[in-house]
Amino acid sequence: MASTVNDASPAVAQAPKRRRRRLGRLTKKEILVVLGMLAIPVVVDLAFVWGPALASVVLSFFRWSGVGGLHPRACRPSGGLIQDNGCFTGVDNYHRAATNYPPFWPAVEHNVLWLLVFIVIATPLGMLFAVVIDRGIKGSRIYQSVLFLPVMLSLALIGIIWEFIYSPNYGLINTVIGHNQDNNLIDWLGNPHLNLWAVLVAATWRQAGYVMVLYLAGLKAADPALREAAQVDGANAWQTFWRVIFPTLRPINIVIIVVTVIESLRAFDLVYIINKGSNGLELLSVLVTNNIVGETSQVGFGSALGVVLLVISLIPISIFLYQNFKRKEGR
Amino acid sequence: MSAATADVGSVSRQQVGRRVPIGRILSYVLMIGATVLWLVPILFALYVSLRPYAETSKLGYVSLPHKLTFSNYVNAWQESDMFHFFLNSVLITLPAVIITLFLASLVAFVLTRVNIKINVAMLILFTAGNLLPQQVIITPLYRLYLLIPLPHFLADSGLMYNSIAGLVAINVAFQLGFCVFVLSNFMRTIPDEMYEAAIVDGASLWTRYWKLTLPLVRPALAALATLLTTWIYNDFFWAITLIETGSRRPVTSALANLQGQFVSNQNLIAAAAMIVAIPTLVVYMLLQRQFISGLTLGSTKG
Repeated sequence: MASTVNDASPAVAQAPKRRRRRLGRLTKKEILVVLGMLAIPVVVDLAFVWGPALASVVLSFFRWSGVGGLHPRACRPSGGLIQDNGCFTGVDNYHRAATNYPPFWPAVEHNVLWLLVFIVIATPLGMLFAVVIDRGIKGSRIYQSVLFLPVMLSLALIGIIWEFIYSPNYGLINTVIGHNQDNNLIDWLGNPHLNLWAVLVAATWRQAGYVMVLYLAGLKAADPALREAAQVDGANAWQTFWRVIFPTLRPINIVIIVVTVIESLRAFDLVYIINKGSNGLELLSVLVTNNIVGETSQVGFGSALGVVLLVISLIPISIFLYQNFKRKEGR
Repeated sequence: MSAATADVGSVSRQQVGRRVPIGRILSYVLMIGATVLWLVPILFALYVSLRPYAETSKLGYVSLPHKLTFSNYVNAWQESDMFHFFLNSVLITLPAVIITLFLASLVAFVLTRVNIKINVAMLILFTAGNLLPQQVIITPLYRLYLLIPLPHFLADSGLMYNSIAGLVAINVAFQLGFCVFVLSNFMRTIPDEMYEAAIVDGASLWTRYWKLTLPLVRPALAALATLLTTWIYNDFFWAITLIETGSRRPVTSALANLQGQFVSNQNLIAAAAMIVAIPTLVVYMLLQRQFISGLTLGSTKG
């Protein structure tokens, strides 16, 4: 994406500055037009994305059932949920999440595992696919289309499709390995020691195709002269890739790191469609949802869990913004 | 690994001319193996959906077919009111895609073509917003949706919550960031000279946006439209958290209910799943190039 932008020839590099200044001088009417153009999108973004994100942080310091208003006073030490509702409770929600909420640590662990599988398996697999396809082997368009197919499907649908593979009685795997009799069933999605791994296979199935396409874009943008030069210098393919091509993929690598972390934090649909994210499939995203949509609405507590997600996700987001806008400055 | 050895193969073939290209063979083995693995889940679901319930309950799903039939599709369609859910999906996806692209193009134009001081900050605001996990904002959003009243012609719930308009709004808000990012990158590639010429011709700011910029970014808009259509159609999270009444849900999330409804007949579920997948598969087959170029144009979607 940015590679084309960077190609501005040095000869015209001087001129734009002057021009831009001239474009920047606005009449009163133009200022109104600009404000009109920005107003709705900015309001929508602030009202539905950033407003709620900040509100999450604020709410996370309150104990609130969602009924009645919020009060600035501190919660009474012994106050139960019902008597003392809407009061300020400081970091109590976070404390409770970490110490007195059984699904919290398993969910964190599952999120970390999700991330690790994406980093250790899905990403290298996607990169490998991209490198092989980029070399232009016969039928590469077909491979590319097929490997990318799952990215088009919704994750909820992927959950349903994989249930046919994993089902204990009639599933493909159990039937093929002969474990579909009532006395020897393997319950891939029901067994809490197995199901996360089973789901991660499905998640990887999708993620690898996604990574592949991003790398393909990066590889296409790589200057072929580099590769030729390396080969003329006697580098073998392995050296050419790791020493010459891979370093030029740095922007794509960062994008992929960001996508990987964010996707693992966002993971939700798959586990929700399989067993509502319970019994071994707990994820932070599911816990947040359960605390606000369930019958016992715990707004403050749910928000605290959301803020945990927010803090973690700000790391990759900052990395992405830093690398992206640093590049723009340098232009 | 095998990719690397594959390269060795091709180089040495050029140099020596007759060594067996082991790497090349490995590449084929890898890609064909992967393709098969990638297709099996989809094809198996397709196969299940085409077999009569009576036959699979007797022989099991992993068995040779005596008869293949579309009757599961017919039944799934008729028994589940699927047309209604598809209509919901269209009513959500179509306005959301159009509004998102329109608003994003406005922002991107201002941020790239008008020199206002805060444009980097604004770009960061939009881009970062799109990278937040949905669950970070859902708790207050859910409360907010319960508070905002909507006129009855927009939502018969009378609220943002549980309304199709509410789903359109959040999809627009959430996807704006990505589109602003992609479109502003794209607009930056339009040469300044064109705008200079337009100014000399007396084109107003709006004309420069509407008559000059929009036609030039049409490829990016097409690519983004393809992507957005798929993402919004495939949305599951917003629909199950912000829509309470099952019958108002779009088809992807309604599938979760159908799963409960058809629990004893897996063939029907498979058929329903395939029906739901059809629109995205059609989009993908027809517009594959747009889809992939949209994704790589941004290379950032989280």
